[in-house]
Amino acid sequence: MNIAPDLKPEDIAEYIASQEDKGLLRFLTCGSVDDGKSTLIGRLLYDTKLIFEDQLMALEKDSKRHGTVGEEIDLALLVDGLEAEREQGITIDVAYRFFATDKRKFIVADTPGHEQYTRNMATGASTADLAVLLVDARKGILTQTKRHAFIASLLGVRHVVLAINKIDLVDYSQARFEEIRAAFDQFAESFDFDSAVAIPLSARFGDNVTQRSPQLAWYEGPTLLEHLESVDTATAEASGPFRLPVQWVNRPNLNFRGYSGTITGGPVRVGDEVVVAASGKTSVVDRLVTMDGDLPEAPAGQAVTLTLRDEIDISRGDVLAPVANRPDVSDQFASHLIWMAEQPMYPGRPYLLKIAGRTVAAQVTEIKHKIDVNTFTHLAGKQLELNEIAFCNLALSHPVAFDPYEANKDTGSFIFIDRMSNETVAAGMIWFGLRRATNVHRQALDINKAERAALKNQRPAVLWFTGLSGSGKSTIANALEQKLHERGKHTYVLDGDNVRHGLNKDLGFTEADRVENIRRVAETAKLFVDAGLITLVSFISPFRSERRLARSLMEEGEFYEIHVDTPLEDCAKRDPKGLYAKARAGEIKNFTGIDSPYEAPQTPEIRVNTVGHTPEAIADDIINRLEADGVLERPLDWHI
Amino acid sequence: MAITTRSHLKRLENESIQIIREVAAECKKPVMLYSIGKDSAVMLHLALKAFYPSKPPFPLLHVDTTWKFQEMIRFRDAIAQRYGLELLVHTNQEGVRQGINPFDHGSSNYTHIMKTEALKAALSEHGFDAAFGGARRDEEKSRAKERVFSFRTSTHAWDPKNQRPELWTLYNARVQPGESIRAFPLSNWTELDIWQYILAEEIDIVPLYLAAKRPVVNRNGMLIMVDDERFRLQPGEQIEEKMVRFRTLGCYPLTGAIESTAATLPEVVREMLIARTSERHGRLIDHDEAASMEKKKREGYF
Repeated sequence: MNIAPDLKPEDIAEYIASQEDKGLLRFLTCGSVDDGKSTLIGRLLYDTKLIFEDQLMALEKDSKRHGTVGEEIDLALLVDGLEAEREQGITIDVAYRFFATDKRKFIVADTPGHEQYTRNMATGASTADLAVLLVDARKGILTQTKRHAFIASLLGVRHVVLAINKIDLVDYSQARFEEIRAAFDQFAESFDFDSAVAIPLSARFGDNVTQRSPQLAWYEGPTLLEHLESVDTATAEASGPFRLPVQWVNRPNLNFRGYSGTITGGPVRVGDEVVVAASGKTSVVDRLVTMDGDLPEAPAGQAVTLTLRDEIDISRGDVLAPVANRPDVSDQFASHLIWMAEQPMYPGRPYLLKIAGRTVAAQVTEIKHKIDVNTFTHLAGKQLELNEIAFCNLALSHPVAFDPYEANKDTGSFIFIDRMSNETVAAGMIWFGLRRATNVHRQALDINKAERAALKNQRPAVLWFTGLSGSGKSTIANALEQKLHERGKHTYVLDGDNVRHGLNKDLGFTEADRVENIRRVAETAKLFVDAGLITLVSFISPFRSERRLARSLMEEGEFYEIHVDTPLEDCAKRDPKGLYAKARAGEIKNFTGIDSPYEAPQTPEIRVNTVGHTPEAIADDIINRLEADGVLERPLDWHI
Repeated sequence: MAITTRSHLKRLENESIQIIREVAAECKKPVMLYSIGKDSAVMLHLALKAFYPSKPPFPLLHVDTTWKFQEMIRFRDAIAQRYGLELLVHTNQEGVRQGINPFDHGSSNYTHIMKTEALKAALSEHGFDAAFGGARRDEEKSRAKERVFSFRTSTHAWDPKNQRPELWTLYNARVQPGESIRAFPLSNWTELDIWQYILAEEIDIVPLYLAAKRPVVNRNGMLIMVDDERFRLQPGEQIEEKMVRFRTLGCYPLTGAIESTAATLPEVVREMLIARTSERHGRLIDHDEAASMEKKKREGYF
């Protein structure tokens, strides 16, 4: 059939020539366990002769062992790769499959359909030109079909096929097909896909997959394969505007300075005037260099090395664009976020954000709303759990260049990376920049931190006490402040309970509120340090990432994490405010150490053992350390 | 054959170049695993393209089991010299001292000691935080779910249930000291793509891929080439001169040849198009057990 089996030697040149223009289509298949998704892909591979004899033999063997269709060959087993999947009979990760016909090469992303695998489907959809939504003809459109259409649409997939499978089980009924198609057309309309086509088929028996079926004589549309071979998936990016995110600065010698990267919006021509989005510097394209020779023009998708007429400062992560059509540059934007980690996301918690070639620090400043993937309704939320999708505002540590995702998938998408585990924890699609960033400029002040501190004759610092409730943080902070005051130092204590009566009185004790609680205190401490004060912070601050955020706001050597390391049983025994008794009785929820975690510091500057030591002695120990580090000067020795 | 900007080969080429550049830009000390085969030839060609006019900013590493075809070794050295690339060759010397060989120790044991363990030792010894491999997702089922940037623990282990989500072309190369990334720029290529690309780009490959008269013995239905005097004939075996070529190259005692008259690249592609067995069929190691590749990959094999 497709790949000519009786090719003669003299035909080979002709055959190869015919491959020059062979296109490539990437699509994903979505459906649940029982819709026959793996069987459909197996069928496509089988019918396009991509199954070799030895694979077929292995398949027959496997079918007897794991198969679910009796004596027949179970085509689904061609696709389910990992041992765990074979045992459970389901697809749990994204698998990539390949087949080709004379017209196109196909890359199939096979993704699981359950709600708990939304992240896997989003992964497959991120690179797909088209989505095949599978439904069982007996069941018709289900909630999951709508969910799949929504995720495909959110990830910018512009073409969908509704594959109405198992049509054999409804006696190849045209009426049933029309019924499902009408329901599909109705909800697909709201997604504004470029094409949405319904096709009746039977993956198990091969009807209408690659070959027409006499059983479906009433159906006049294309087979699934015919449609996949012919659908036009030209993207918006191809027609521009030009974008080149610089991946690698190419400097083989002093005479050549090129910028290597993949053109994500095109085309670009030699002689075009371009601008570096972030710096606003302009120049003219001098050469488009490739190993196969210079190009006069390069389209979107092409990997190139570009040189400019002028020597301007450009590094990895800069985006080159036409002067008249630049991307946004901002440190704040609104975007959709798909959360992909077991650990929930809290606004204010710092993550790394990777966009094109740049990685910067970033946090969600506000969850505008979460989206129920089954009903598409908007929900309020203070945190984001695994597989949840939300529309959020983000703030970045540095401005970056970007486009709305709708206009350009490459410059409009980003991932979140956890700073500790390095896991990829989220994927984002940018909607628009928030103008605040471009219009609110920092006011430059003439008197700075060093001058304020010099007037007070001290070095400002943050002494951050963390520990369980009742561990003795405030008592020690109080003793230490007295001693510093006696030495003529200007100090202030930010105490957890006191701040909650004022600045943070709108916050509760959920994880999300605790994160925000610490963020505000950290920012306040930063202002106090800027004012030249030695700032003592006494907060339970149970999470490592928020303490790290606080540290990141201060200058090197300015932040002391002091772990008041009193064992839980001692804290509970002291119970100065009667809180442990209440928490154990269930009267207080989310109490640190009881039903909410405390993440102890791994490498605090100072660790304090309170059992058997007085607060005064501990305060003296801390002062000794600050003297040793030069934060405090040693008192003059009067006995000389 | 010219590759047009629309063709699938051009899209694959662009994708691979982006991956290769990303590794060079994000990782501190990358290395390219060079196995001398056709996939390595394509991967190296793409690396040359990715950095032109610079040279690739990383060395090549070949894990030499000492049982490779002699022609492969000659080809390897010639290529490194032609492009002026740094070539690191690593052999498990302890394995050599113990006389580990594919005849006495079974393909599975032998591969583990001379390839997997040797590779892990070489990566740790040099402190590479990223290694390119020429693996393709179409080769084998457990590879179909492999990431392009595949995370490995400090013991080089792969956990198929704990892989990083990989969206768009935003690869996550961040690792802690000791951990590493295996990067697979040819993930989305098929065997046919590889051959068509070699043909179109006129890439040099080891002549063993082309049919010629070679001395072989028929062992368990596989044609094994007698490449040097270490080959041990079993009772009843006879060396025959046959017109054969190889679809995949590895250690000569473990690599099956196929009878063929395809002595030129176009003829090889033609045979490829009408082939009825998959290329890994010629590799003894995959037949040893079901899900064998998944197991090997968990242990650190490429």
